[in-house]
Amino acid sequence: MWMLENAFLIPLIPAISFVVILFFGKRYIGADRVHVVGITALSLVWLLSAVAAFQWTQRVENPTPDAVVQIEHHGDDHGDDHGDDHGDDHGDDHGDDHGAAVGDSEGGHGGGHSSPLIRPVISTFSQWWSNAGVDFAVGTFVDGQTVLLLMVVATISLLVHIYSTEYVKGDRRYLHYYAFLSLFTASMLFFVMAQNIIQLIVGWELVGVCSFVLIGHWWEEKPNTDAALKAFLTNRVGDVGLLVGMIVLWGTFQTFDIDAINTLISTNPGAHHLALLVAACCLMAAVASKSGQFPLHTWLPDAMAGPTPVSALIHAATMVVAGVYMIARLYPVFYEGFSIGTSSINLMAFIGGFTALIGAGLAFAQWDIKKVLAYSTVSQLGYMVMALGVGAWTAAMFHLFTHAFFKACLFLGAGSVSHAAHHTFDMREMGGLRKDMPHTYRTFVISSLALAGIFPFAGFWSKDEILLGSLVGQQNGYPLMLIFGCAVALMTAAYMTRVIWYTFHGEFRGHGQPHESPKVMTVPLWILAGMAVVAGAFNLPGPVLEPIGLEGLAHRIQTYAEPSVYLNGLGLSHPDPSLTMALVGLALALSGIVITYLYYWRRRGLHGLTERNRYARTGYKVLENKYYLDHLYNDVVVDTVKRPIAKWANDFNQNVLDRAVNTAGETARDVGRWVYKWIDQGAIDGSVNAAARGADSSGEGLRSIQSGKVQNYGQLLFGAAAVLAIVFVIVV
Amino acid sequence: MVAQNIFFGILSAIVILSALRMVTTRNIVHAALYLVAVLAGLGALYVLLTAEFVATTQVLVYIGAVMVLFLFGIMLTKAPLGNAMEMTGKQWPIAAGVAALLGGVIVYSLVNHFGSDRLVTDGPIYRTADVSDEVFSTYIVPFEAVSVLLLAALIGAIVLARKD
Amino acid sequence: MLLNQFLILGAALFAVGVYGVLARRNGVMVLMSIELMLNAVNINLVVFGVQHGVVSGQVFALFVIAVAAAEVGVGLAIVLLLYRNRTSIDVEDFDLMRG
Repeated sequence: MWMLENAFLIPLIPAISFVVILFFGKRYIGADRVHVVGITALSLVWLLSAVAAFQWTQRVENPTPDAVVQIEHHGDDHGDDHGDDHGDDHGDDHGDDHGAAVGDSEGGHGGGHSSPLIRPVISTFSQWWSNAGVDFAVGTFVDGQTVLLLMVVATISLLVHIYSTEYVKGDRRYLHYYAFLSLFTASMLFFVMAQNIIQLIVGWELVGVCSFVLIGHWWEEKPNTDAALKAFLTNRVGDVGLLVGMIVLWGTFQTFDIDAINTLISTNPGAHHLALLVAACCLMAAVASKSGQFPLHTWLPDAMAGPTPVSALIHAATMVVAGVYMIARLYPVFYEGFSIGTSSINLMAFIGGFTALIGAGLAFAQWDIKKVLAYSTVSQLGYMVMALGVGAWTAAMFHLFTHAFFKACLFLGAGSVSHAAHHTFDMREMGGLRKDMPHTYRTFVISSLALAGIFPFAGFWSKDEILLGSLVGQQNGYPLMLIFGCAVALMTAAYMTRVIWYTFHGEFRGHGQPHESPKVMTVPLWILAGMAVVAGAFNLPGPVLEPIGLEGLAHRIQTYAEPSVYLNGLGLSHPDPSLTMALVGLALALSGIVITYLYYWRRRGLHGLTERNRYARTGYKVLENKYYLDHLYNDVVVDTVKRPIAKWANDFNQNVLDRAVNTAGETARDVGRWVYKWIDQGAIDGSVNAAARGADSSGEGLRSIQSGKVQNYGQLLFGAAAVLAIVFVIVV
Repeated sequence: MVAQNIFFGILSAIVILSALRMVTTRNIVHAALYLVAVLAGLGALYVLLTAEFVATTQVLVYIGAVMVLFLFGIMLTKAPLGNAMEMTGKQWPIAAGVAALLGGVIVYSLVNHFGSDRLVTDGPIYRTADVSDEVFSTYIVPFEAVSVLLLAALIGAIVLARKD
Repeated sequence: MLLNQFLILGAALFAVGVYGVLARRNGVMVLMSIELMLNAVNINLVVFGVQHGVVSGQVFALFVIAVAAAEVGVGLAIVLLLYRNRTSIDVEDFDLMRG
């Protein structure tokens, strides 16, 4: 378990790589060869992450006694029977422990419950600050959720590093590009293994600033800097929520330690409900900004101004899931705060579902291929948040895992297309690229099918779990979320088919001769596409595996990643797999594809509807203008704040201040005349002259003190000090 | 206790008289030697106060290093040996007055404040090891600052004094 | 022993040092007198350390000694420089700042 205890090495390597590239890259390595450093570092990170993941699975499979949580009795018989109970069956203990809360849902546990509760590996390196009894520590917190993210970040970052050697070749800031890719990777890894909420905040801000830098990578063009600023400022709005939420958490539990907070909540659910509600609402604001949730999602499509590999890494696969990750990490806070177990609708589920819906809607009206993918990301992130909101922790993490691969593949595919087609992302200038770019086409289609949720690709399994989670919920189902989820499943399949039509089919509408990208770009695409096919296998439901005798491999992500040490205390249950739900989801996705196929390929359906029908036109316009949210923020919010203030300030200026100034001026003039005549000429001049004469003569007298001799000054100094001392002695 | 008082009397007499002679003598080398006497007397007083390491440092640093520096200073500035130069300025009465005033105020307030407080003689005795523990734990940062200060003084002295 | 024995000795030494600084014409002598004043402070530090039973007094006395050594080094360098430029170390000769 060495790697789990020394996990700090994993973010340290890219951090060193960042320093090396930025400070020594130009002189000692060569500005156009710095990718060697980055790729080497990332390969190491990938290896170490793989070791960590392997060791974590070992810890779960063959837990050492100190890795297993010994559940103790709480309550009235506390304190006298610790020793006897340690050997008892955990299930019994558990039932005694949390009584009714667990009792209802006990039957629903899918199978992960029988395994022992594995403690996360927490290493604290130093208390770097201590003030008034509050200790600020730094350390690492490694559990299944962490290693899952480690693998995702390391894999995609490594592939993006490789892909970028071709994509940004010859860029004027090649070196800075790689430096900040390294810094981003380091920050993200630091974030996922944060041991306390302070580290969460630090990592959160670090990835934010890397995102800002990389969106504005080509800052010579105004839209790029605007997009970077928009991303940064929108995130600041959420960061306030993050800060306030974390402060509320600290105020409630008097600790920054994530493990301690989660344990305190899960051992005593129900306490501090109000504080947790406030904290959860504040943290939702942070999630909304970082993970592109309604209503703060508007920065994410604009962030596509950055280089495409950056979009794939940061704005699709890793950074934007930081919010989802944070919810999952502090899940007891949200679970208790939003009463996820007992409600049938809550703020988080609603925001997630609504975001998924509007993101999918917006994806139809975009012509920029990257923006379609960006809205798709918004939509899928909404899916994950919705899954967490309905209590389907594993489904959310599973979807995070699969989504990272196929969405990264889609983005890199879009980059490959643009690399071939004169650096445009406008789908109106593409078309027919199927023949010229076979590799890109195939990987893009595979990832699209995965995203759409077609059997047996990765997205099918994870999406199915989310829909199932919404259907079953915890104690109640979440019917509205199920409707949202089903609608989004249909829409996702439809808009991805539209993208494929415009990009790869039909006639080529651009300029020049498109060509396939070199191997260094297509190989990462194929790796990601491969993952998009097989990633679903990591959490297959048991019934699928039973016929082939591999039911032991079912629900691996649930077994390894789920922090059941906290979640069991909350009474979180897992729904049983449902064939009906899977078939319905698949049917929705297929019908989405078929409808769009008929519409574009066969020219069926209502073409030109937007030209003929007023309502359709209005709807399209609303979508095209992104529900007028940007207008809302700029024109309505900013102007209502700005304009009345400006008008009031102007009125105040004209009427009050000007008049006052004028009056004051006139009065001053009159007074001035009188003063000049009587006071100035008479009194002042006389006294000034007298003062001057006095200064002159006293100066002559005092001049002798300024002898220029140090010892005379010393005499004055010590004499004055003595006199002052005498004064003090007398007075005090 | 009596022995300590006797020793204190002898040592303080040596210190005060040597100090007075130091600031009044006309021979600068003699002044330096009187300063040695003052410093040595103070070192003995530190031993009386159980501050053994301070006493050792007093001898090593002051009598060893600082005095050598002074003697070098005296020689390099070709200060006239003997009585060739009037060593005390014409304003010495003012200086004496100021010094007397200052000393008087301090002594007055000391007597006023501490009166006949007795020195705590049964308190803990700190050996060199205790002093070093303190220096290298609580006062490690000041200690490092002093190291830097000494380095700065070294470089500063070289820069100031070298011929170029 | 009285506490004041040591404190008054320190005060007397300090006053003598002040007299030396103010009255002596030779720059080196001025520096030596400053050493007297610093030593007077050291006595106080050590005595109060004993009185309060803490080791900090001795530690600070050591720091003062170290700082005094630095001060002597720089001070003598300045005196040397003065001598080289003005061929005199009589502090009464230096009155460029006279008003």
